[in-house]
Amino acid sequence: MFGILTLDAFIHGPVETGAQLAVVGGALAVLLALTYFKKWGWLWREWITSVDHKKIGIMYLVLAGIMLARGAVDAFMMRAQQVLAVGDQVGYLDPNHYSQVFTAHGIIMIFFVAMPLMFGLLNFILPLQIGSRDVAYPFLNSMSFWFTVVGAALINLSLVVGEFAATGWLAYPPLSGLEYSPGVGVDYYIWALQIAGVGTLISGINFLVTIIKMRAPGMTLLRMPIFVWTSLGSMILVIFAFPILTVTLGLLALDRIFGMHFFTTDLGGSAMMYINLIWAWGHPEVYILILPAFGIFSEIVAVFSQKRLFGYISMVVATMSIAALSFVVWLHHFFTMGASANVNAFFGIMTMAIAIPTGVKVFNWLFTMFRGRIIFATPMLWFMGFLTTFVLGGMTGVLMAIPGVDFQLHNSLFLVAHFHNMIIGGVLFGFFAGLVYWWPKIFGYKLHEGLGKAAFWSWIIGFLLAFIPLYLLGLMGMTRRLSQVDEVFRPLLIVAAVGACVIALGVFLQVLQMVVSYVQRNKNIAGNDPWNGRTLEWATSSPPPEHNFPSTPRIKERDAFWFAKERRESLFSTPDHHIEMPKNTPTGFFVAMVSGIFGFAVIWHMWWLVPVCFVGIVTLLVVRSFEHEGSH
Amino acid sequence: MIQATLFMLIVAVPVLFLTFFFAWRYRAGNKKAHYQPNWEHSKMEELIWWAIPFEIVLILGAITWTSTHELHPPKPIGVEPPLVVQVVALDWKWLFIYPEQGIASLNYIQMPVGKPVRFEITADAAMNSFWIPELGGQIYAMTGMVNRLNLIADQEGEFMGRSANYSGEGFSQMKFIAKASTQEEFDAWVREVHTSENDLSYLGYEDVAVPGVPETPLYYSAVEAGLFDMIVAQFGHSHSSEEPHTH
Repeated sequence: MFGILTLDAFIHGPVETGAQLAVVGGALAVLLALTYFKKWGWLWREWITSVDHKKIGIMYLVLAGIMLARGAVDAFMMRAQQVLAVGDQVGYLDPNHYSQVFTAHGIIMIFFVAMPLMFGLLNFILPLQIGSRDVAYPFLNSMSFWFTVVGAALINLSLVVGEFAATGWLAYPPLSGLEYSPGVGVDYYIWALQIAGVGTLISGINFLVTIIKMRAPGMTLLRMPIFVWTSLGSMILVIFAFPILTVTLGLLALDRIFGMHFFTTDLGGSAMMYINLIWAWGHPEVYILILPAFGIFSEIVAVFSQKRLFGYISMVVATMSIAALSFVVWLHHFFTMGASANVNAFFGIMTMAIAIPTGVKVFNWLFTMFRGRIIFATPMLWFMGFLTTFVLGGMTGVLMAIPGVDFQLHNSLFLVAHFHNMIIGGVLFGFFAGLVYWWPKIFGYKLHEGLGKAAFWSWIIGFLLAFIPLYLLGLMGMTRRLSQVDEVFRPLLIVAAVGACVIALGVFLQVLQMVVSYVQRNKNIAGNDPWNGRTLEWATSSPPPEHNFPSTPRIKERDAFWFAKERRESLFSTPDHHIEMPKNTPTGFFVAMVSGIFGFAVIWHMWWLVPVCFVGIVTLLVVRSFEHEGSH
Repeated sequence: MIQATLFMLIVAVPVLFLTFFFAWRYRAGNKKAHYQPNWEHSKMEELIWWAIPFEIVLILGAITWTSTHELHPPKPIGVEPPLVVQVVALDWKWLFIYPEQGIASLNYIQMPVGKPVRFEITADAAMNSFWIPELGGQIYAMTGMVNRLNLIADQEGEFMGRSANYSGEGFSQMKFIAKASTQEEFDAWVREVHTSENDLSYLGYEDVAVPGVPETPLYYSAVEAGLFDMIVAQFGHSHSSEEPHTH
């Protein structure tokens, strides 16, 4: 009946029991609050069943916020362990638990913080920027979101029932194989990512079609805002890269469930194949995240310099070159696996080649500022912080692209510092900038500037304090993923832990900023166009009505809204009276929930439940396909 | 590495300078600065900044190509025949076999200063990475495969070695000592190991391979010939097996 699930799976050590209580307590508190304030109906009608891209966007942002808290707790646990477990001290986490923490940290931050932040902003802003009423497939959009939620829920469930993978965030075999990881941790990993991954792939297709087919009349490809272009590049990468992830994890699941030998060394399998495949997805994944962030920065630098973006065509070419090159560099993640010198040199040089279009972008941003009138509002500060830290991250990246250097730095804290440099300074700062920039559009009021600036300074100082020591530790020869460290590394590890605390202060200030701004929302009403924007999202009210625009705008040029303001014209003709919007539907939510049960059943080998869920999913989708889409 | 950093600084320094200079010069409060809101394109300038990174990557690419071939781990150092050390990464310890000397050790390597050493590296565990940071780069240790790494110690000393790829619970303790000594001291050490009462046959190896973290280094006097090849070949599709082992 319950497969391999027994009561033992609920019993943990003291630290894990704390986590268990936190998850269960948090869930109970939310449920109680919903009941107490009688919000169930509201939640169901207004949010869960909604297919409105704006509401789905906000829900993605909420998910990212919650998971950021979880991922940050993991980060603190690691910093604390490495400060305490020095020399003969073992610290407060046993090695197995420590490795579950670093695995979960990586997976959560990439899949359930960075990706939802990206899809949240994409959902809310992209249809507005192209003058559309919604995405191409609103129902699939709702389903994608709920798939992502289910993936995140499975990972948190592993805190309560069973364990999580203790393998590192990419679960290399043979360590992730049945022989070395007999528990359910890796299965949680596989199915959380499979379900979320399907959601991401569907979103990728959805947004690609939206960009290609749903643009307002007159908006040719070369009149699209640059954020739309970078999103297009990112979505193309999603469509090509995510199937690789699905297949790779599928094969790993077959190895683990049916004892097959795709990635074991016996019977002709090879772990090296997994490592190649996972990075053939993993490297493009980095660009899936960073390209939209580049797009956000391009919008922001133009708006706050009060000047057109410099070198638009160059930007488009650079974006697409980065997208293409991202598929021919994956081997730089394992120069040390023993490929020939020719292969290593080829991949090293291709990696450096990515620095060319990226460098062009940097120069174009600089020359957008040149002869502008720069306003240093919070989004612009995030941009400046990005530009300076990114130069450092880019240089360390090119260094590690030289195989001879990488043999020394691979898997060291230098590498850890480098990718945090790119993902915090690039991706996260980008999405934070986007969040502050578009917040007035999303919620109708501006965020508190003073607190926003304080949060920025905490983040950037904390970031430098936390990661510069890791660069140095890497040069000293400290390897990543150690649950117990040598005495010599301790002083710098303490500095890094202090840095983490300063970052925590930044997060606190961001939360405070949202609370204070919400309380004072009536004083900070944004109006349609608080930043003197250039693109279409600023042409409608804040927050926009469900149908986005009174009528479909007509586009004659790039930065159409900016020039319309200059000429005192309106982009809209007479308002449409009959606007049809799709009706709410719970099917996406149900399909995702049943998929979650499916995943749970496979993880715990409840084989009878697996076909039941499968039939359930298919039935729901078939029924949906016969339903009239409906409109109101 | 230093050369590459300098080349990159050619771009990085001006970028950082221009970032702050433009930010200050074109701040909204500075009404003296030139303001051209619609200036958005200049063929010449864009050509320049496609060209500059391109040139630098071209130079760095050439450096990369030659350095990758020069520093390729399997490439022998010098013409002198190297000392061969066979390395087996186990859960969670390192077994070193000296086939020419017929000895083995656990978590300890000794080698003569100035003599090239060829490490032949495999694993009988999850994937690890063999790394002595002070002597040079690292390379993965994987089951059923042999990776080669050539190193040379230029001065005497005890160096820390460790696994650099996460391999399970005992990973943090998966360390060893690499000692570089004079040839005489090395010969004396070999003689000392020969007197050890432990020997290492294939059957004995299976006890050594049981997961665990040894407290101190161990020595083995007589090593079964071809043990390393058997360890590699047990997975069934090795290219370097001379005596196929059957269970």
